[in-house]
Amino acid sequence: MTATRTLVVSCPDWPVTAAGVPADIAAAVVFANRVVAASVAARADGVRVGLRRREAQSRCPGLVVIERDPGREARAFEPVVMAVETFGPRVEVSHPGVCAIPTRGPARYFGGEEALVDLIGVAVSDAIAGLVPVATTSRDCPYWGVGVADGRFAATLAAGRGLIVAPAQSAAFLADFPVAVLERAELTDLLARLGIRALGQLAALPTADVLARFGPEGAVAQRLAQGLDERPLDGRDPPPDLIASVELDPPVDRVDTAAFAARTLAQDLHERLVRLGLACHRVRIEAETEHGEHLSRLWCHDGPFLPADIAERVRWQLDGWLSGTAAARPTAGLTLLRLLPDEVVPDQGRQLGFWGGEAGVDERTARALARVQGLLGPEAVVTAVLGGGRSPDEQVRLVPWGDPRTEGAPESTARTGDRAEKTAPPWPGRVPPPSPAIVHTRSLVAEVVDGDGRAIEVTGRGLVSAVPARLSVAAGPWIEVTAWAGPWPADERWWDPAAHRRRARLQVVLADGSAHLLALEAGCWGVEATYD
Amino acid sequence: MPLAELARRVRPVSLAGEQRLEVVPALSGLMPGGGIRRGSTITVASGPAGGATSLALALLARATVEGSWCAVVGLPDLGLVTAAELGVDVSHLALVPAPEDRWMTVVASLLDGVDAVVFRSPRRVRPPDIRRLASRARERGAALVVLAGGVGARHQPEPRRAWPGVTDVGLAVTTSRWTGLGDGHGCLQGRQVEVVAEGRGAAARPVRTRLWLPSPEGEVALEQEVTVEPQAASSPRPAAGLGSPPLGGGRGWGPARGGEAASSRAG
Repeated sequence: MTATRTLVVSCPDWPVTAAGVPADIAAAVVFANRVVAASVAARADGVRVGLRRREAQSRCPGLVVIERDPGREARAFEPVVMAVETFGPRVEVSHPGVCAIPTRGPARYFGGEEALVDLIGVAVSDAIAGLVPVATTSRDCPYWGVGVADGRFAATLAAGRGLIVAPAQSAAFLADFPVAVLERAELTDLLARLGIRALGQLAALPTADVLARFGPEGAVAQRLAQGLDERPLDGRDPPPDLIASVELDPPVDRVDTAAFAARTLAQDLHERLVRLGLACHRVRIEAETEHGEHLSRLWCHDGPFLPADIAERVRWQLDGWLSGTAAARPTAGLTLLRLLPDEVVPDQGRQLGFWGGEAGVDERTARALARVQGLLGPEAVVTAVLGGGRSPDEQVRLVPWGDPRTEGAPESTARTGDRAEKTAPPWPGRVPPPSPAIVHTRSLVAEVVDGDGRAIEVTGRGLVSAVPARLSVAAGPWIEVTAWAGPWPADERWWDPAAHRRRARLQVVLADGSAHLLALEAGCWGVEATYD
Repeated sequence: MPLAELARRVRPVSLAGEQRLEVVPALSGLMPGGGIRRGSTITVASGPAGGATSLALALLARATVEGSWCAVVGLPDLGLVTAAELGVDVSHLALVPAPEDRWMTVVASLLDGVDAVVFRSPRRVRPPDIRRLASRARERGAALVVLAGGVGARHQPEPRRAWPGVTDVGLAVTTSRWTGLGDGHGCLQGRQVEVVAEGRGAAARPVRTRLWLPSPEGEVALEQEVTVEPQAASSPRPAAGLGSPPLGGGRGWGPARGGEAASSRAG
């Protein structure tokens, strides 16, 4: 068995390059206080992978230290993968910074491996140019290397040197490399102590003895040293085209006509998904009008969409667009209707609860709520998730209908871990229950005065300047205060200048029997909530 | 799940008039049949002292716990922590805070799918709209709970004017008194309210009760047993069927009880 002829694009210092740092600036990416990658300039000063941050900084005082962000590395690598993908469809990404394609087909099409390497080099340097200034497209560029060999392992090493290893020469090419390049620290340490220092020595050992002495890991290492593939290349399949669209000619401005077209479109989309064994939980409905307006909205479903579900949502959405208020309505008929499945997952069917339970929402309720979303928009129908907080409005988080409801306040569980998840974390200074039944979305401006008509203030020590006697809401009539308590100062998020709020709260009962929660913030009294 | 519960869930179909959404025991005395009859329209009102929102939430609490879905339309300032404290399962509460000018369509659509819809009647409601919604509720077996007036409303209309249609049960908080708050000390703990229910049919005779809404322990509890008033009350009353006492003065719409109304008018 011989290894597949493979081309590898390798970006040696990818974590540094992904952060947008040119090679001539000394920079290192650290994770858990250890250097995981360093730029060329930093390496020249002696910064090595695995050093402590402080050690690295002492070797190179001007070192730019960057925290590792795997998400950023993967995102930044995507253009490179796409550039390579234009030459051959089955690109395998080992990890951000290294990707491989089999060369057999592409090399023949583009006129040989030499030509392919040059073309890919140009494409990759174009892709990287968006991140760092690339001065050269030659093979000694510090940011990337392209290599071709039999097998991915040999090709990766070849890419580091910018070489094309001739067919069947991989074993000879690898023979002189130290065993450390296998990147199996424990095994290579043992091999070195046994006197096996080069890959050629490992490759020459009898296969059965290597397996008996070093186990499966040793056998894999020997296969690599012999220039064979660890496993066949597992290329990523190009994502299937799942978008269903239909052009409407003549333009449609009636809901029923458009809904009729949508029905076949939904059927079409569903068939495509079923053929691939997929189900979709979110679908984006897009429409274009004759005047070039672009309408788009995302729809969620707690189970997989069936054709009837999709068609129904398209009809509601079209109803919302075409018979909405004059401001939101498109000015011309629809010419294009498009369905984009947004969250596609393997179809695992759907199990409903036996006695209600998990299934929770019955079909009828889900339809009614989705219908209202179609009229007013997906954010118009919400359910509440209660969490921690001090003021009545902070304890509530509103989740649009269809989005997952995650219980509990994220910050409280993150801080206390799983130790105290059941008990509510303390919120010192929160207003004690009963809570107000009406929490004004914007505080109503109020005036609070004492018996002589002077405005009530709260001192720096948290005391009221006088006994509150009368209250006027929104410049309304004065009403006497019959009972009050407070002030309860709350100094929240002082560490964040943008979210910092300093308030003092007061509970009052007025002569007409109503009770209110007042708050003094920035010198102004407001009715924060009403106990209705 | 206890066997009795299972038996209740799987029992055969009952008559439309017997199908009810359950309410907490403290409120069952106010409702004809001890629950919210499906398909009925209920108005909940209060004077300037407030209590309508809490009463409406307490009314629906049991139904949401039982698994019914309720929708709340046009109350952007509803305190959901209070709802949870009064026993409402907020995961079965769908909120449409801003239906804008399409509240009529929204309420009608929701009546199709949920068991109860609460909404605050807008400033102007046309009688045909009311008839349409009431018949929709009756047809779909959903309860329509209308908040009329209350502290949160900008205007304080008489419930009959706020909802000039047929009401099966009209609930009104006539008096409300908070406890626990002193002159510079304490904090709000409980509230004693007096609720009057009257309507048509089985609810034609006004029923009066005193409740804790909530009690210092945080529950909705009876403070005083339900009393059924004699048909001929001392104060003039609108024709039976339009369920609300006349506007009494300063302190809500309770039948004018001279001394108290006069004293609170000074406030």
